[in-house]
Amino acid sequence: MPFNSSNDTQWVLWEVFLQETPGGPHIHAGSLHAVDAEMAIQNARDVYARRGPVRSIWVVASEDITATSPQDKDSFFDPADDKIYRHPQFYKVPKGVRGV
Amino acid sequence: MNENHDGARLALFNYLLGLGDDLLILGHRLSEWCGHAPVIEEDIALSNIALDCLGGANAFLQFAGETEGLGRSEDDLAFFRDAIQFKNYQITELPIGDFAFTIIRQFLFSSYNFILFGELQKSRSAKLASIAAKSYKEVKYHLRHTGEWVLRLGDGTEESHFRMQRALDDIWIYTGELFLDEGTDSILFESGYVPESRLLKPLWQERVEDLLSRATLPLPVEDQYLARGGRKGNHTEYLGHLLSEMQILARSYPGAKW
Repeated sequence: MPFNSSNDTQWVLWEVFLQETPGGPHIHAGSLHAVDAEMAIQNARDVYARRGPVRSIWVVASEDITATSPQDKDSFFDPADDKIYRHPQFYKVPKGVRGV
Repeated sequence: MNENHDGARLALFNYLLGLGDDLLILGHRLSEWCGHAPVIEEDIALSNIALDCLGGANAFLQFAGETEGLGRSEDDLAFFRDAIQFKNYQITELPIGDFAFTIIRQFLFSSYNFILFGELQKSRSAKLASIAAKSYKEVKYHLRHTGEWVLRLGDGTEESHFRMQRALDDIWIYTGELFLDEGTDSILFESGYVPESRLLKPLWQERVEDLLSRATLPLPVEDQYLARGGRKGNHTEYLGHLLSEMQILARSYPGAKW
């Protein structure tokens, strides 16, 4: 039976991204429910940012994320596997470059 | 005058007890939501606010014990006093009621603490100023969280508006004593330790009125009877029940450690 969203009394689902260092990436931390963006930010702070050195929070409504589906796996990701020249692993990373 | 002066020391001790007891009792009430809030995110949010309150209570009561100078720790003060010796305002001890009541109470009281702790950062007691500064940051968040809820529930559905208005009307008689300076020795104002609460009222009223009107919640009538006496140890029937639950472990197993 298909999932009937009209029976779902949960609030909207949001994805939470946390930045831990200045200029660093916002990394997916998890998801939560909230009535709107402001409350999602607050809930994210309470649920995910209380114990870590968090500098910034992003929240994105989960329904606004377009994702690949599991069926895409072969055509999207496999072709790169057998072409070793696609991987930039022959370069030496200069000393002092961080975050690579 | 200095803190070693006996009169001032006793006055400061009593004042600190009031601040610590407010946060201890309110924190305990909030903790009653743990595992019972409407959704898990809010369960965590309320528990976080409860923990902030307990942290503040810990700091104020510890400082109270030091000021008193009789060797009482924050735990002694929290767990081995009876209701009549507690100085918290009555608004903090009322049962949690429904979610609307909890949110209205927290919004009104956080608004008060936000203004009070803002002023206490200027205290001539460096320690009081620094505890106030830490609590101020926390209260700023409590105010944001509860304020946003007041807006959404006040200006929400018919049911949520009804519950918020009912909560506001029910709790209003307990807001008066926040600005009476009852039990505060005037020596503390005169020597720059603490602000006079009565002077904070217009700031509080303006802040509260602004948000409540945006939440479509009219303020209850101004000239009604207002309860008082918390700072003097006069409490509602609810405090004794709260204390019996909060204190039973410490009293059954004195000196118990985690």
